[in-house]
Amino acid sequence: MSLTSTATAHVAHPVTLRDVRRTFATPTGPRAVLAGVDLELAAGEIVALVGPSGCGKSTLLRQVSGLDTPDAGDILIDGSPVRGTDPRTAVAFQEPRLLPWRTLTQNVTLGLPAGTSRADGAGRVAELLELVGLTASAGLRPRQVSGGMAQRASLARALARNPGVLLLDEPFGALDALTRLRMQELLLEVHAAEPTTVLLVTHDVEEALYLADRVVLLRTPEGDETSIARVIDVPGTRPRDRADATFAGLRAELLEGLGVPTHHIGPAEQDKHHSI
Amino acid sequence: MSAPPVAGTSTPILDQEGRPHRAFNPFDNGSPRPSSKGPLDRRGTRTVVGLLLPLALLALWQWVTSAGFVAPYQLPSPASVWDAAVDLAERGLLGQYVAISTQRVLIGFAIGSAIGLVLSAVVGLSRLGDALLAPTLGGIRSVPSLAWVPLLILWMGIGEDSKITLIAIGAFFPVYTTVAAALRHVDAHLVEVGRAYGLRGVRLFAGVQLPAVLPSVVSGLRLAMAQSWLFLVAAELIASSMGLGFLLVDSGNNGRVDRIILAIIALALLGKLTDSLIGLAEKYLLKRWA
Ligand SMILES: Nc1ncnc2c1ncn2[C@@H]1O[C@H](COP(=O)(O)OP(=O)(O)O)[C@@H](O)[C@H]1O
Ligand SMILES: [Mg+2]
Repeated sequence: MSLTSTATAHVAHPVTLRDVRRTFATPTGPRAVLAGVDLELAAGEIVALVGPSGCGKSTLLRQVSGLDTPDAGDILIDGSPVRGTDPRTAVAFQEPRLLPWRTLTQNVTLGLPAGTSRADGAGRVAELLELVGLTASAGLRPRQVSGGMAQRASLARALARNPGVLLLDEPFGALDALTRLRMQELLLEVHAAEPTTVLLVTHDVEEALYLADRVVLLRTPEGDETSIARVIDVPGTRPRDRADATFAGLRAELLEGLGVPTHHIGPAEQDKHHSI
Repeated sequence: MSAPPVAGTSTPILDQEGRPHRAFNPFDNGSPRPSSKGPLDRRGTRTVVGLLLPLALLALWQWVTSAGFVAPYQLPSPASVWDAAVDLAERGLLGQYVAISTQRVLIGFAIGSAIGLVLSAVVGLSRLGDALLAPTLGGIRSVPSLAWVPLLILWMGIGEDSKITLIAIGAFFPVYTTVAAALRHVDAHLVEVGRAYGLRGVRLFAGVQLPAVLPSVVSGLRLAMAQSWLFLVAAELIASSMGLGFLLVDSGNNGRVDRIILAIIALALLGKLTDSLIGLAEKYLLKRWA
């Protein structure tokens, strides 16, 4: 599986978030879901967002895609502000959200950038369906395929846009463990061929550490807190060794940050244990 | 840790989703299908059964008239209605009446349902449109159809315009009401997908919102067609020199019960025919849709 030349010339965009704030009205008064979000994504970087459920990960992605507008702060893609839904971005939503009356092929076609010629578009769509392993199901409608297949079609639709910024909201959450690993490889393969900027929401700490250059840990801001609890640089270059021992420490750190006790024993203490 | 499962004949072969592979799944006997198909599921059988009652009525009619239970000037026999039909057809009137009535219905239906579709989009998709238009349209809808007739005749005369306008009013409301209600409840997630992929305005409507409410559109159109025939008769009863409605009044004035029954039968057949055509289109569309 590889990407061929039908993909148009590709530009990855840097993304800047400056002091982004988003508040929602609730019966008990306004509640800040995002507060003081400052984040710089370099062009072609992969950044993973992790955080407890309801802390605003999807909301943050929606701000960058232009589907929602922050109450304060700036979001710049390649230096120019996001106004309305931005053609430089493509979103794969948390749910597949395929149009039920269209076949998988027609759904992926929706992702093509405006102005793509019919022939180029058809070639690109066929290629993407092949890439996500859906060629045999291309003519089926969403309710005829499994949730995992729908999720892959949704990813293909986002890729069809050939975006400068790819926004993925838990794209592999509904997949079984094996398919998830396969799709992670696929994402890295696509990224290597067309190095777009990726902002990826995941609840899987392993996945974040395996895929991302940096992992941003979000929290629900209380009082004057900002949303970003911590940013972790993931060492090494991709493709990473899934069994790399240095990740055990990072993994424990992230899980502790998410409020999950890990009972992890740091290297120093580990030595003590062994010396007994 | 328990021992890993031993691969063998008893282990199901899994597909990519981890479900038993269909080809190797002993419990999968192909597409889901009701196991027993009753005789009423067969198309030919259904048609025959559907014709039973009309044929029985015809027989009853024949019997009642030939046995002399009712006077011919009250209820003529089937044969004399047939003769009336042949007589009118030979003089070219039956064809002309059917043609003009059908033409009025089709034009009025097309205009009314097109406007209904546009206004349902305005009311169903925009809050301002809803607040601005819905109360007025609701008020107009509650006006009984015949109340429009004198006004339309005064404004447009007794020509085609007033009749087609009346039929269009009749076709408008079922489409408007059904589709506007359905558009209010289109899955917001799907609309957001459309927006995220650059669709807005008319393209968002055509690409996401309209296909999402297609079943409601078709049932609205079906009601609108029935309503169009209803309003046609209302229009032709009052002011016309041609058409099946005119045939009804004219025959009423001349005491030609045979022609009245002929007109009623013609209206029933035409109404059923147009309804079946929409039903066919519905079947085709919904097969593609779902
Ligand atoms: N349009 C909205 N109106 C009101 N509250 C919202 C809206 N969108 C999201 N929220 C609230 O914001 C919080 C964060 O939501 P979300 O970003 O979906 O969380 P997650 O991190 O699980 O993706 C939730 O408490 C949710 O109820
Ligand atoms: Mg979410």
